[in-house]
Amino acid sequence: MSNLKLIIKREFLARIRNRTFIVMTFLSPLIMVGMISLIAWLTTLNNDEVRKVAVFDETGMFNTDFEDSEDVNYIDYSKLTLNDAKDSVVLKKLHGLLYIPKKNTNKELASSIQFYADEAPNISILNKIEKIIGGKLTDQNFKEKGLDLVVIEKAKTKVNIQIENFSGEKTSKMSNYVKMIFGGVAGYFLMMFIIIYGNMVMRSVIEEKSNRIIEIIISSVKPLQLMMGKILGTSFAGILQFVIWVILGAVLLTVATSVFGVDPQPAGVDQSLVLQDENQQEIQLILQDIIKLPLGTLVLSFFIYFVGGYFLYSSIYAAIGAAVDSETDSQQFMLPIILPLMLGIYVGFFSVIENPHGTVSVIFSMIPLTSPIVMLMRIPFGVPWWEVVISMLLLIGSIIFITWVAAKIYRIGILMYGKKPSYKELFKWIKY
Amino acid sequence: MANLLEVQQATKRFGNFTALHDVSIQVPKGSIFGLLGPNGAGKTTLIRIVNQITLPDEGSVYLDNEFLKPEHIKDIGYLPEERGLYKSMKVGEQALYLAQLKGLSKSEAKERLKYWFEKFDIIHWWDKKIQELSKGMAQKVQFIVTVLHKPKLLIFDEPFSGFDPINANVIKDEILHLRDEGATVIFSTHRMESVEELCDHIALINKSKKILDGKVTDIKRAYKSNTFEVGILAENNNELYTDLQTKFVDVVPADFKAIDDQLKMKITLGNSTSSNELLQYLSNKGQILRFNEVIPTVNEIFIKTITDIENE
Repeated sequence: MSNLKLIIKREFLARIRNRTFIVMTFLSPLIMVGMISLIAWLTTLNNDEVRKVAVFDETGMFNTDFEDSEDVNYIDYSKLTLNDAKDSVVLKKLHGLLYIPKKNTNKELASSIQFYADEAPNISILNKIEKIIGGKLTDQNFKEKGLDLVVIEKAKTKVNIQIENFSGEKTSKMSNYVKMIFGGVAGYFLMMFIIIYGNMVMRSVIEEKSNRIIEIIISSVKPLQLMMGKILGTSFAGILQFVIWVILGAVLLTVATSVFGVDPQPAGVDQSLVLQDENQQEIQLILQDIIKLPLGTLVLSFFIYFVGGYFLYSSIYAAIGAAVDSETDSQQFMLPIILPLMLGIYVGFFSVIENPHGTVSVIFSMIPLTSPIVMLMRIPFGVPWWEVVISMLLLIGSIIFITWVAAKIYRIGILMYGKKPSYKELFKWIKY
Repeated sequence: MANLLEVQQATKRFGNFTALHDVSIQVPKGSIFGLLGPNGAGKTTLIRIVNQITLPDEGSVYLDNEFLKPEHIKDIGYLPEERGLYKSMKVGEQALYLAQLKGLSKSEAKERLKYWFEKFDIIHWWDKKIQELSKGMAQKVQFIVTVLHKPKLLIFDEPFSGFDPINANVIKDEILHLRDEGATVIFSTHRMESVEELCDHIALINKSKKILDGKVTDIKRAYKSNTFEVGILAENNNELYTDLQTKFVDVVPADFKAIDDQLKMKITLGNSTSSNELLQYLSNKGQILRFNEVIPTVNEIFIKTITDIENE
């Protein structure tokens, strides 16, 4: 077996045998699913509560309009005096009191309706009440002007613009969201991977240094070989962990859904609304959009940017690990890693989504330290091939350069003890 | 005798700092070679060059008459001064890993490890983690890993630091045994007295420069000053002492442990006088209890050389 393979194997085994690693691998999906279930459960709990609203209607116009629904019941207090009604609401701890005074005109009435409540009233209930009263008053206004409500209802027209590109393919309005989600997930995933496993590479280098085994090893293998073996071994462990997370997460989520009968997506409120509004055809279009995404290009470029980005950053992590004696000392060198990663994510989530082909997006998808994240987010929106090629060439070029620099720092750093190096010192090491 | 290792005019700089300046050494096959010098003299840099951990800026290294190349790693066993092992890895597993890195196959490595572990009676450590072992125990494992692949050249940097005297002896015997089997050994240390008796050849390094090298016997011969330590039971000590001072080049009082109240002196003879003449003279004066030639230790030679250089 070649030395590189041996190192990769050792690093891989050392990572996955680590107790923290094992615990994290199996605990994280549990915690995640647990949290999601908890939130979902709490949301349903919240929704189950039926709020009671007292109605004090002096006009008598609305006695049939307030119908009880899933989350709100109306109680008619119109026969009491206003003060009694108020006292009674407080005493019975009702959600609030709706007061509709008698006015001469509907216009006057519309601006003088009040809602009494101790706590801030529920917005959706208020919206509902406003809708009911507003609809009723509008209808009355129409009638006064002698308009036929049936005719008006018939005259209402709903417009749904069909989006189509110039080659005649239909797309849905959701298409942009689909692209955004694809890019966003890919970019975010890459950032997390870099931070988690880059740190692992760094810790592994520091461990070898503080254990004083490093000189024994590099009398047998080249430092570059050791560094590469570390980066590769750790990334394999990372991929394994991610695969386990995805599988476990999926299984647990299915189990949780069926056991608790909970909708695992509390955010589903919006989505289901959207889905209800859009018809079947729209869903089909979304599916078509997903299929129509340049999946081949997407997967290939995800692979290249993922590997490239990870290599770029983890060799910097390795160099930092070699330069310091302990993890505490590494903090001062973290900025050049965290800053471009954060920048990439921010540019991705703000600039790319706003305008995928704007100047800012294009520039940041070219700069090697941010390009893996930003370009991954841009690609679903369709990027000219030459831009991708330039960005990849720049990335590959800088990987070679950065790895070379990192290997230099690594070679010197692993044999230096008891020094807390400055940037200036690191620069000197590169020239040795 | 052919040289196993030859370093020719090696120079290494780190920025403005010269760690090694124009150093050449020849290590004869089958010898024990002492690389001596104070801390920071450049010993470790020289050793790292031989181990191809660092490259020299100038100069060249030959192993067995071949220009040093990556394949030579397998021919060298190196126990660095800064040595340790993975704390959380099991002893056996980690020894196997390190042996495989030196090019041994897994089965071969296992077999040889078993031999050594049994020899040191530590086979029950196999499944223990290093963090459960003491420092001395871990050093035994490191020693085994260093010699396991039967290298032609063994390099030990400060080999006996961290060993208790008993284990240090065990290791010393093993090293001598390996030398008898044909290995060449380099000791690098600043504690010169600890390896003086073992070494056939030495090189002294100070402040990045080699200041002296050669066969230990030759060096000592060159540095001895025809001086003898004498203990004599005379009738009148003071009279004899002044008498001797007029007769010989240099006579100074000496201090060594003795049970009788004898006259203790260090007598330096000139080039023209032989020790027999001194003996003859002394034998008439009283009972000679001690008479031996003063041979300088490597330490003394080293200090003398450095002061000589600095005085120039």
